[in-house]
Amino acid sequence: MKYELVSGLETHVELSTNTKIFCSCTTAFGGEPNTHCCPVCIGLPGTLPKLNREVVKYAIRAGLATNCEISRISKMDRKNYCYPDLPKAYQISQYDMPLCKNGYIELSNGRKIRINRIHIEEDAGKLIHQRGDTYVDYNRGGVPLIEIVTEPDIRSIDEAKEYVEKLQLIMRYIGVSDCKMQEGSMRCDVNISVRPKGSSEFGTRTEIKNMNSITFMTKAMEYEFERQVDLIESGGEVVQETLRYDDVTNTTSSMRGKEDANDYRYFRDPDLVTISVTDSEVEELEKTIPELPGEKFERYVEELGIPENDAALLVKYRKVAEFFEKASQGTANPRTAANFIIGQIFRTIENESAKEEFNISVSAEDLRELILMLDSKKIRMNLAKATLDKMLGTGKKVSELISEKDMGGLDEAAARKLCQEAVEKNPNAVADYKNGKEKAIKAMVGYVMKNSRGKADAVAAENIIKELIK
Amino acid sequence: MVYTLLKKGLITVAEVKSKIKAVNEMLKNKEITCTELTQQYLKSIEDTNASLNAYVNVTGETALETAKAVDDKISRGEEISLLAGVPMTLKDNISTDGIETTCCSKILQGYKPIYNATVWNILKNKDAVLLGKTNMDEFAMGSSCETSVFGGAKNPHNINHVAGGSSGGVASAVGGNIAVYGLGSDTGGSIRQPASFCGIVGLKPTYGSVSRYGLIAYASSFDQIGPITTTVEDTAIVYDAISEYDVMDSTSQGNRGVKTCDTLKKDIKGMKIGIAKEYLEGIRDDVREAVLNACKVYESLGAEIVHFELSALKYALPVYYILACAEASSNLGRYDGIRYGYKTPVYKDVNDMVCRTRSEGFGSEVKRRIMLGTYVLSAGYYDAYYKKAQNLRGTIVREFKNAFEKADVILAPTVPMTAFEVGKAVSDPIETYLTDICTVPMNIAGLPAVSVPCGFNAKGMPIGMQLIGNTFDEATVLNAAWQFENATHDTMFRSAEMGVRL
Repeated sequence: MKYELVSGLETHVELSTNTKIFCSCTTAFGGEPNTHCCPVCIGLPGTLPKLNREVVKYAIRAGLATNCEISRISKMDRKNYCYPDLPKAYQISQYDMPLCKNGYIELSNGRKIRINRIHIEEDAGKLIHQRGDTYVDYNRGGVPLIEIVTEPDIRSIDEAKEYVEKLQLIMRYIGVSDCKMQEGSMRCDVNISVRPKGSSEFGTRTEIKNMNSITFMTKAMEYEFERQVDLIESGGEVVQETLRYDDVTNTTSSMRGKEDANDYRYFRDPDLVTISVTDSEVEELEKTIPELPGEKFERYVEELGIPENDAALLVKYRKVAEFFEKASQGTANPRTAANFIIGQIFRTIENESAKEEFNISVSAEDLRELILMLDSKKIRMNLAKATLDKMLGTGKKVSELISEKDMGGLDEAAARKLCQEAVEKNPNAVADYKNGKEKAIKAMVGYVMKNSRGKADAVAAENIIKELIK
Repeated sequence: MVYTLLKKGLITVAEVKSKIKAVNEMLKNKEITCTELTQQYLKSIEDTNASLNAYVNVTGETALETAKAVDDKISRGEEISLLAGVPMTLKDNISTDGIETTCCSKILQGYKPIYNATVWNILKNKDAVLLGKTNMDEFAMGSSCETSVFGGAKNPHNINHVAGGSSGGVASAVGGNIAVYGLGSDTGGSIRQPASFCGIVGLKPTYGSVSRYGLIAYASSFDQIGPITTTVEDTAIVYDAISEYDVMDSTSQGNRGVKTCDTLKKDIKGMKIGIAKEYLEGIRDDVREAVLNACKVYESLGAEIVHFELSALKYALPVYYILACAEASSNLGRYDGIRYGYKTPVYKDVNDMVCRTRSEGFGSEVKRRIMLGTYVLSAGYYDAYYKKAQNLRGTIVREFKNAFEKADVILAPTVPMTAFEVGKAVSDPIETYLTDICTVPMNIAGLPAVSVPCGFNAKGMPIGMQLIGNTFDEATVLNAAWQFENATHDTMFRSAEMGVRL
């Protein structure tokens, strides 16, 4: 029998507000243990939380960018559980009145993954195990989080991966989080069940906690899918439980069963007042939502004529897309800028996070100037490419690298003279060509290009050379 | 009876003198230095605290430092505030930077806060002289002060009786004249009940009018800090000083009404004073009689007595104990031995450590309320208890709202009885919970209520009554209280024969 995967994700995203959710401590990552703390975020007796309104705004923006309804009235609740990294023995979160609800993210196959809710809450501290002792660092305690909960709409591991990537990208575009999974500013809990393909009933689900990379998440899901299918095929039953994934052995193991599930004893936090959001506030925040990656992608393909693969690469990093838009503005064909970025510029950038940062020595304006020279045929493509390489290497401007006399190419006489030289200095190439190796001519064209510093027209040069050695 | 004599003009009553004003005048007139005054109080504490057990931590050194600073100001000819140099005390659940704050629980043994409660910051900035921290029921859970890990505070009128609770230490100290005034906290009657037992004045302000920042929480939606004093005017002075909006407390609003001192002595002719039938049921005869007598005094002062029913009051006790315990079970989760306070000496692992610390650190009343609160919030029971109680809370709020369309203030007994004998309360928790019946409705509804002395029983133990007002209407409440106090002071108030006599 064929089985289908059914999955829903709960994603925690750390918001990049400057200060914590209930006090004015910094949210900066790292720092000496327990230095980003105050009486409030370490829950000293008598202290009271005070909601940072920026957190509400960030969460509303996240909701707007994922097609959610924004609740005009919501509240904070206490989720009670005892763990040393939680200094009040309760987490202030939202239970039955989340800030955002009923949204969705659309995947490339056209399926919509529905978002049940987005709520705000505080992060916990961290336990540090050292030489048999355990220490607690509360720096992360009180850092604002949003939890984004989907419906069980995901039907494949690819969809799960695409959903997480899309979510990550959207959050980065609207600037509410850097979503760095390796630093824990984005983490996923995966709910997973299987059922015979074609069935409309849900199987018993398990939940894999705290996935901190997309690679591990897909591996864990693969393993868990197989495990559940094997179990059912061999006549067993899936047990509802919470699992942890071990990335070394690539297996999941049980953390706790359904019976041991925590009873969080949620109730409204009496220390905090109702959160009211006005229509005008939502309208104002709507205006701050930039064009999102999905919309950009469509526009690049349909209006700018960028091939889909290239468009996908451009929108994958917000700064790259912004760079592209500036560099291609007013140029004859936006594909020129796209090609320069995806080809030459990307080649100089080592990894994903550097692409994210997109710290390059060429400004979009400079690239645009170069493209405009090409467009007006003042320079040729090979000179443009060579110049861009120099710009990337030296950080110099177009005007410093291309002089007036470089522009406009070579005149006929000068070209002929160089071609003649090329023929004379490459007797072997001439012989090869005569013997039928057509490619040999490229060496001579290359000589011309090099010695004209890219000014020559390669096609014209090739014709002249052919004529000379006929 | 006093009221008839008053009516006939046969007695005239001298205005009751504010103790705070008296101290202020003595200091300004240089009749005594603040240092001398403070030394007298410290000496009295030394003499009487062994029998009263009011103070659990005397802060003589810092008190004298502040006194010295006040003396310097006076000698330099600087203006001093009304509260400057006035020796006072704080209940031991109000956080004081660097001064041990234990809630009279073993679990907070040795805990010194690293910040000040907002109320203490306000008073400290006014150069208040803190004599020490006073006794209370553990985490403010109790009605006799006897759940304190230090043992209960005694009643200055008879030390075989309790001072009441939970702010028993403040009431004992103020009633015993070893502090001019004190700040307590009131979650279900913890300011008013001991004030009533000790024959003095105690105000539970409107929820939100005084910042809770730094008050170690028992039940956050009920807790309010308020003054305990010997005169109504002192209560007004202290309330006006501490009822400031505080950004650190989201539920704080400050005093949204007028300053209570401004309207304290206003004529109350035509004021409508409400009596709810339910408040006179199940009350001991001597207490009922004293309250009915107070009605007559009010009538003699030109007020009008109106009668109505508050039928939802019958839900008040269960609503209070369900909701307060639910909040407490969450508020007290943080005492785990990891960061501060008591930590069990021997344990296997972290769970064992937390479990032992809490088992050893909390007393039985606190454990009882944590368990009760955990139970009512548990899956499967939430709707039957917590949710239902929350709905009934709304009903009670609405009923009071309607009542205040008929009356300006409501008059009621503070406690159905007078101070218990030492040791009585501990033996029967349910019986003890019942003593809160008159006080908890105001905490449920967030209303202001002041307890003022209104007589003595046959054994000479004080009886108190409450004047309850609409939200943020402390001014009317204290105005009514002041008029009563000034009409009856000579018969209703008797200072205990101890401590500093100003």
